[in-house]
Amino acid sequence: MPTLVPETFDIELQLLIDAIFYKYRFDFRAYAFASLKRRLSIAMTRLGCQSLSQVQDLVLREPEVFSTLLDYLTVQVSEMFRDPGYYRGLRECVMPLLRTYPSLRVWVAGCSTGEEVYSLAILLHEQGLLDRTLIYATDINAQALQRAEAGVYDITRIAGFSDNYRRAGGTGSLSDYYVAAYDGAVFDKALRRQVVFADHSLATDSVFAEVQLISCRNVLIYFNRELQDRALGLFREALSLRGFLGLGSKESLRFSAHAEAFEEIVPHERVFQKRHSA
Amino acid sequence: MSASPQLAGLPNLGARIRAVVVGASAGGIEALGVLLPALPPDSCAAVLIVVHLLRGRPSMLAEIFSPMCALPVAEAQDKEPVRAGRVYCAPPDYHLLVDRGARLALSVDDPVHFSRPSIDVLFESAAEIYGETLLGIILSGANEDGTAGLTAVRRAGGMTVVQQPDSAAVPYMVRSALQSGAAELVLTLPQIAALLGTLQNSPSGQSRS
Repeated sequence: MPTLVPETFDIELQLLIDAIFYKYRFDFRAYAFASLKRRLSIAMTRLGCQSLSQVQDLVLREPEVFSTLLDYLTVQVSEMFRDPGYYRGLRECVMPLLRTYPSLRVWVAGCSTGEEVYSLAILLHEQGLLDRTLIYATDINAQALQRAEAGVYDITRIAGFSDNYRRAGGTGSLSDYYVAAYDGAVFDKALRRQVVFADHSLATDSVFAEVQLISCRNVLIYFNRELQDRALGLFREALSLRGFLGLGSKESLRFSAHAEAFEEIVPHERVFQKRHSA
Repeated sequence: MSASPQLAGLPNLGARIRAVVVGASAGGIEALGVLLPALPPDSCAAVLIVVHLLRGRPSMLAEIFSPMCALPVAEAQDKEPVRAGRVYCAPPDYHLLVDRGARLALSVDDPVHFSRPSIDVLFESAAEIYGETLLGIILSGANEDGTAGLTAVRRAGGMTVVQQPDSAAVPYMVRSALQSGAAELVLTLPQIAALLGTLQNSPSGQSRS
């Protein structure tokens, strides 16, 4: 970490975030401050800048620097079937209920580079539900969405993905779903035939469809409480009657204005169901 | 530095410290087993702990530490307000940070020194919020994590303590912290325990709410 007078850094951070909003319409103004600060400190060092004012200067004049910065601010490297218990919970407690619908819509909010999208597509496929499901995979980072749509992951990560898949209760072998090419694993196009990749911001956009399941994992922890409440409000509005919401394994609704609208249906795995009255 | 666990020469923390951050890795759970019983039931500070654990299994830290501690011990939750007299443990595979407010915050950003949770991440964020009212403690471990964090605590005016390397089960982490020059006090576990025992509103009646 570079040595800085904290107050100056905080002022520059605020100015940079405002500049990004005015110039590019990306809104980080309600992100959780501690993580934002940490990410910007790292980005500043990697960009070879001495201050966030220098970063701001570059970002305002060079769109490609902004796109680099956007990766530092938004891209979370996830894993396929991260937290296998979550997918087991969906398989055992949610899929039997989703099966009763003639057609399904699933929203992966903040899908980043797509690991979670393919995990859910595989789960739905193994439940015989993928053909009648439309998956909306949304993120604010267009480059991440492109990588998600390509569905190519570094081959060195596959062993971990396979292990997670097995522990999630997968019924086949993960290798049924990809082919290895050079140092990449290319996932089957059939998995994304039912996926719409789209640019959507939980901070500034509104609801676009009614869905039966929303999976939004480890995204809300980067928002402050007001923005968390906005996002959860969107989820509440988008979910059909008694629809399902899956969060990250340590994310909680406890401190949210929408806590009463949901009940936890898979203990410890953060799978919630919208209450009748909500 | 006297090797006796007496309070002689050790500062009284009650008047100053509002939060304690503790970082531990290999051998750290045993060390915490010596320290946590020393926390007074009316502690005037919040205690935040990062212990490096193996990924992919539930953390039992709160269950392990609760019976040995007079204070409530729980796994940290995102956005939870930080309260004095409570002990918070970082959940496995998440960084724990202190955010404005002061509230707890979690992140799944990249591991630091191959560690998530990382001691540096907790200490650096807590130093921002608590400044000179923060006490940082580095215990036994086999990793450089914590050195940058302790430096940040010191730079922000906080108090910094490192476990005496000879008394650490695995001294690599404390040696790394010592080499950085960030340690204000180098103490044995009984001495650190005695220091933590002073974490109560000052007996002279000048207690702070």
